[in-house]
Amino acid sequence: MDFPGGKVPFTEDLAWLGPGFTPRPTIPCYRALDSQGAPLPGTSLPHDIDQALATRMYETMISLQAVDTIFYEAQRQGRFSFYMTSTGEESTAVASAAALNPDDVVFTQYREQGVLMWRGYTPLDMANQCYGNALDSGKGRQMPVHYGSKALNFHTISSPLATQLPQAVGAAYALKLEGKAAVAACYFGEGAASEGDFHAALNFSATLSAPVVFICRNNGWAISTPASEQYRGDGIAGRGPSYGVPSLRVDGGDAVAVYNAVAEARRVALERRGPVLLEAMSYRSGHHSTSDDSSRYRAAEEMAAWRARDPVARFERWMAVRGWWDEARGVGARKAARREAIAALAAAAKQPRPPLSEMFSDVYDEPPPHLVAQRAEVEAFVRAHPETLPAGMPLE
Amino acid sequence: MQFLARASAASLRRSQAATEAFQRLGACGYATTQLTVRDALNSALDEEMERDDKVFIIGEEVGEYQGAYKITRGLLQKYGAKRAGFTGIAVGSAFQGLKPVVEFMTFNFSMQAIDQIVNSAAKHHYMSAGQITCPIVFRGPNGPAAGVAAQHSQDFAPWYASVPGLKVIVPYDAEDNRGLLKAAIRDPDPVVFLENEIMYGESFEVSEEVLDKDFVLPIGKAKIQREGTDLTIVASGKLVGFALQAAAELDKDGVSVEVVNLRSIKPLDRETIAASVKKTHRLLTVEEGWPQHGLGSEIIAVVVEEAFDDLDAPPERVCGVEIPMPYATPLEDAALPHVSDIVRVARRMFNLE
Ligand SMILES: Cc1ncc(C[n+]2csc(CCOP(=O)(O)OP(=O)(O)O)c2C)c(N)n1
Repeated sequence: MDFPGGKVPFTEDLAWLGPGFTPRPTIPCYRALDSQGAPLPGTSLPHDIDQALATRMYETMISLQAVDTIFYEAQRQGRFSFYMTSTGEESTAVASAAALNPDDVVFTQYREQGVLMWRGYTPLDMANQCYGNALDSGKGRQMPVHYGSKALNFHTISSPLATQLPQAVGAAYALKLEGKAAVAACYFGEGAASEGDFHAALNFSATLSAPVVFICRNNGWAISTPASEQYRGDGIAGRGPSYGVPSLRVDGGDAVAVYNAVAEARRVALERRGPVLLEAMSYRSGHHSTSDDSSRYRAAEEMAAWRARDPVARFERWMAVRGWWDEARGVGARKAARREAIAALAAAAKQPRPPLSEMFSDVYDEPPPHLVAQRAEVEAFVRAHPETLPAGMPLE
Repeated sequence: MQFLARASAASLRRSQAATEAFQRLGACGYATTQLTVRDALNSALDEEMERDDKVFIIGEEVGEYQGAYKITRGLLQKYGAKRAGFTGIAVGSAFQGLKPVVEFMTFNFSMQAIDQIVNSAAKHHYMSAGQITCPIVFRGPNGPAAGVAAQHSQDFAPWYASVPGLKVIVPYDAEDNRGLLKAAIRDPDPVVFLENEIMYGESFEVSEEVLDKDFVLPIGKAKIQREGTDLTIVASGKLVGFALQAAAELDKDGVSVEVVNLRSIKPLDRETIAASVKKTHRLLTVEEGWPQHGLGSEIIAVVVEEAFDDLDAPPERVCGVEIPMPYATPLEDAALPHVSDIVRVARRMFNLE
């Protein structure tokens, strides 16, 4: 049949397609390392990771683990209001970031701080943001872990789930119009993929031929909702082809596989001028956030089994096989990372808060009269009653 | 959904319709010209796309169909088309440096996308500490239309006007629509531009100045549409016309009415409102939206803050009835404010009933 949407063949069979009728094989998960980190022979590895690159990936993951552990504890001590770890998904963030180009524009959900660290955001930058102090490049406006850096092409994190997906499509479309050889990389959880914006973004990325690399972190849980209750089809990768988006499932805990998958995704997106979808399978080993206690809804054995597949330990073993890693080096790297994270918190804690006068800036490009008036009123009041200025907060 | 993007402009043929609209506009030699609101909007879009190749239009049916209300007529042929859509995509493209003009078929359908407008477009500049701007315009018909009932007849002006980071414009005549849409497109901040379907075919006299390619009106400034000494009527959009008609009627009673056309409802021109009330000592607000937390409530609050001692009578509001819009014509009619309501309430303020 010739139809405005294309040619459709006819059939005489009244035959349903899909679950219970014609089961399709589950999309397999591409990996390069076994669950302990031993390299699997015969893996297709189009993109080599040399020693310098491997060392940098390793050190970034170590630093990420140290920051997560220490900042999480700092939050528990009441130093700031909120924190989220990426434990179990370190390799998804860091290896994917390593495979991207610094010109690629990144939109994330909130559990991808490893991407930002790869791009040069330091533990001190993170501490300044979590404290919301005067050195925070976000001027103390966003809640903790909602990082952003224009210089690093990393968009300010948006709390409402999935808003970043259509935005990444728009940004990719803009990159294409500019003729830039760059993609928009868009990260999200399998829970966020149940939002309407996911579906709109996939469909429009395909119809617009926008060079987006969608990276779903399927970590098994969306707060207390297990992935088994999140969808009935073949995960997130299973949806891609129906939208006309080439898709791949990858072991998110395998840094070598993630690096290769994302480097290929980037190549395909740029060569074909269109979107690509990756589903990185992993496990959220930590609680959802500091506001959550996941032992209340998931089994200790499940958590222990996944902790035993720590992505960083797997990468260490792979590096050791190549002669690039030994126990002493690992201990040294972890100690240094821990020291840096602790020092970052100590330094950030000493900084003053952003000035009160900054409260009214950046609402608009030029402050309108009503905000100018409100700001003047606040400043006059605080000058008249200096005792009302919160401790550690300068006026200007 | 579709959008219009500039292809290589030189290679694209200007459409017949756009040419005609342009010729109508360029009928110089006279001091004034008649211009419909539709042509005011169409010419503003056309000229701003011509001026800046980062400007593009995105929305439902803006391409071949030329927009549900034909505001984008001729632009497809001139600038070429790419199929697309969706507010989030436009917002993302604005973060990346483009200047999208999002056309909603009506603002009723902007509710599907209000999270992108309120939580992303409006706040991104502040949340990124000024690092990223979102130069975007959301435009389309707003407010009650005729005969389309509850889900198509609603005034969203107070919703958007409550959000820091957004600028909100409610234009009245051809001059307002042309000058303010051009200003909105050139503005670095996100702008919500609330048109009125019933006004599109209305024609207004405009001066040659209004037809200039660089005619822009300031956002945040109200206009004294009619001077008077006894009563200030504050209105926006279509209701400015109602207020003018009511003013003519009240003249017969010897009541001299000043009509303030708000033009922008965020930022709100508090100074002009207060100055007018200080002169007339009486305030009446008119709007088609619902009374609670409406434009009138805000304007009365402004006057209480700025000019309370100048008031000679309690301020009054004329609003839409606080119900979902009914379909049946007499009920719909009864739910909306009319010129006669404005006259009646004004008379009440002067004990003229
Ligand atoms: C629109 C919206 N609904 C609900 C929430 C609350 N919420 C925050 S995170 C989250 C779970 C998301 O899970 P997933 O996308 O799988 O990511 P993960 O936390 O597992 O990394 C929910 C429901 C939100 N932020 N936004």
